[in-house]
Amino acid sequence: MSATSTFPRQIVKPPAARRSFIERWLVGIFLAPTVLGMALFTFLPIIASLVLAFFRWDIISAPQFVGFANFAALAQDPTVRVSFLNTIMFVVVAVILQLGIALTMASMLQARMAPWLRVFLRSTFFFPLVLSAASVSIFMRYMFNEQFGVVNWLLSLVGIPAVPWLTSPVASAAVVVLVYVWQNFGFSFLLFLGALTNIPKELHEAANLDGATGWKQFSNVTLPLISPTVLVASVMAIISALQVFDQPYVLTNGGPGDSTRTAVMVIFESAFQQLEFGKASAIGLILTVLILAVTALQFRLSRRFVFYQ
Amino acid sequence: MSSQILQTGTDKHSGSTTETPASPKGRPVRRLPAAGTIGRYAALALAAALTLGPVLWTLSTSLRTPSESFNLPPSFLPINPDFTAYQEVFKQINVGLLVLNSALVTGLIALGQMASATLAGYAFARLDFRGKNAIFSLVLATMMVPVQVTIVPVFMLIRGMGLSDTLLALILPAVPTAFGTFLMRQYFLGLPNDFAEAAALDGAGPWRIFRSVYVPLAVPGMAIVGILAFNFHWNEFFRPLILTISEQNFTLPLGLVTLQGNLGTGSISVVLAGVILSMLPALVVFIFGQRTLREGLTAGASK
Repeated sequence: MSATSTFPRQIVKPPAARRSFIERWLVGIFLAPTVLGMALFTFLPIIASLVLAFFRWDIISAPQFVGFANFAALAQDPTVRVSFLNTIMFVVVAVILQLGIALTMASMLQARMAPWLRVFLRSTFFFPLVLSAASVSIFMRYMFNEQFGVVNWLLSLVGIPAVPWLTSPVASAAVVVLVYVWQNFGFSFLLFLGALTNIPKELHEAANLDGATGWKQFSNVTLPLISPTVLVASVMAIISALQVFDQPYVLTNGGPGDSTRTAVMVIFESAFQQLEFGKASAIGLILTVLILAVTALQFRLSRRFVFYQ
Repeated sequence: MSSQILQTGTDKHSGSTTETPASPKGRPVRRLPAAGTIGRYAALALAAALTLGPVLWTLSTSLRTPSESFNLPPSFLPINPDFTAYQEVFKQINVGLLVLNSALVTGLIALGQMASATLAGYAFARLDFRGKNAIFSLVLATMMVPVQVTIVPVFMLIRGMGLSDTLLALILPAVPTAFGTFLMRQYFLGLPNDFAEAAALDGAGPWRIFRSVYVPLAVPGMAIVGILAFNFHWNEFFRPLILTISEQNFTLPLGLVTLQGNLGTGSISVVLAGVILSMLPALVVFIFGQRTLREGLTAGASK
C-alpha cells in the first residue's frame, strides 16, 4: 500500500531504465517454462539421440563407442529393412486413400443440400478424430476377427468366404491401413472443406458458362485453386503416417511374422524390449531425416508447382 | 464389410452413368444432374454409414450380455440394453483409478500448456528482446522432431530425475508446446496495440498490461490450446506405454489395451464397455467444443 504514494510519479514519466529492467525480467519469466522445458525435454534428447546412435548401450553397462556400426547393422537387419519397407508402403497406400476419400467427400459437400445434412456429415467425418487410436484399434480388432467378426459376417451375406484379416500378411496390412484411414481421413477432409468453401462462387459460374462442368471443372478450376491445401494436407498426412504405431501395435503387434511391423514399432522394441538404445536412436535418426526430407520437399514444391499462393 | 457396401455404392454410380449414352440423340445434360445427385447421396450415405457403423456396433455390443457379445448376427442398434458388461469392467480393472490418472495427466498437461503457451506467445508477440526471432524459430523447429525419436533420452532423463513410473513423467515433458506457443503468438499478434498504449497512459506496468488487458482477451485462444491438449493427451498411447510401468499409473487407453490382452475374445462386451466409457469425455468435447477443436486442428495448415 505504501506504493500508492510513489505511484503517481511513475505514471507521469516511468524511468526508461527501470521500465526496461522490469520488461527484461518479464521476458525471462514468460519464456522460461517453454524455453527451458524444451531445452530439457526436446533439445537435450535430440543431442543425446544423435550421440547415442554412435554408441552401444544396454543401460546397465557403460556405453561403448562403435562409430557407424549401428547404422551398418541396421542395413543388415532383416526386421529393420522389412519394417521400413512396410512403413513406406503403408504411407503410400494410406495417404493416397486418406486424401482421395477426404477430397471426394469435401467436394460432394459443396453441392446444394440441406444445412442440417451438411452439418451432420461434417460432424460424422470429424468424429473419429476425437477417439483414441488405441481404443479404435481395440474394437476394430474384434470387428475383423476371422470367425466372429462383423466384417466377415457381412461378407458372408454376399457369399464371400471368411477372410483371415489378422492372420494373413497381406490382409493384416490392409486392416492396419483401413483402420488408420478410417480414423484420420476426417482431418484432411476438414482442410479440403475449408479450402473449397473459400473458392469464390463466380469462378465456378464462369466455368459453367464456358461449358466446363463435372470432372473438367474440377481438374481445371477447382484443383489448381486448392493446390496449396492439397500440398499441405499431403505433407501433414505423410509425416503423421510415417510415425504410425498405435494401430499396428494393438491390431496385430507387427505380425503375422513382420508383415505389419513399422519403423516406430522397431524403435520401441529395440529400446524397451531388447535394451539396444543405440540401435533405437539410429532408427529414430533415419526416421527424422525422412520427415525433414518430406518437409524440405514441401518447401521446394510449394515454390514450383503451387499456383495462386 | 467395406468392400461389400463399396460395391453396391459403385454399382449405383456406374449404373447411372451407363444409362446416359443409351440416349445418344437426346441431350444427356438434363438427365445427368439427377443421376449425379443420386450417386453423390449414395456415396455420402455409404461414407457416413462406414464411419458411424463401427461406433454403433461398439455401443450396441457393449450393451449385450458378456456371454453372447460375440454371437452372430451382430447388433448395430441397442434394442435390449444389458448393463452387465459395464458392471463387469469395473470388477476386471480399476476403472476409477484409470479415469483419475487420465484426468490428472490430461488436465494438468492442458493447464500447463495453456499457461506456458500464453506466457511465451505473449513474449514473442508483444515484448521486445534480443534474439526473439532466433528463439522463436528454434521453438517452431521442435515441431518437426517426432516424439518417438526423443523418447529414449526422455525416458533416461525421467529416470535420472527420479520420476520414472510416476504421473509426472507423463506430464512434465508434455507441458512445453511449440504448436500452442505458435497459436498464442498468432492470437496476441491479432489483438490491437491501442489497448496497451491506453493502459500504459493510465499507469499500468508491463505486467498489468499483460494480466488485466491481454489475458482476458486471449481466452478464446487459450481454449483452443487447452482443448487440443485434452484431445491429444486423453487419447495418447505411445508415451504412457513407455513411461509408466506399474498398473496403478496406467492411463485409460493403456488400461484398456491391457484388459483386451487379458480377456482375449471371451467376453468382448466388457472390453467394449470400457472403450465406450473412455469415449465419453471425447464425446463431451465433440459436442461442446467441436468448433474450437476444428479451428485448432486446422490452424497448423494455414500458417
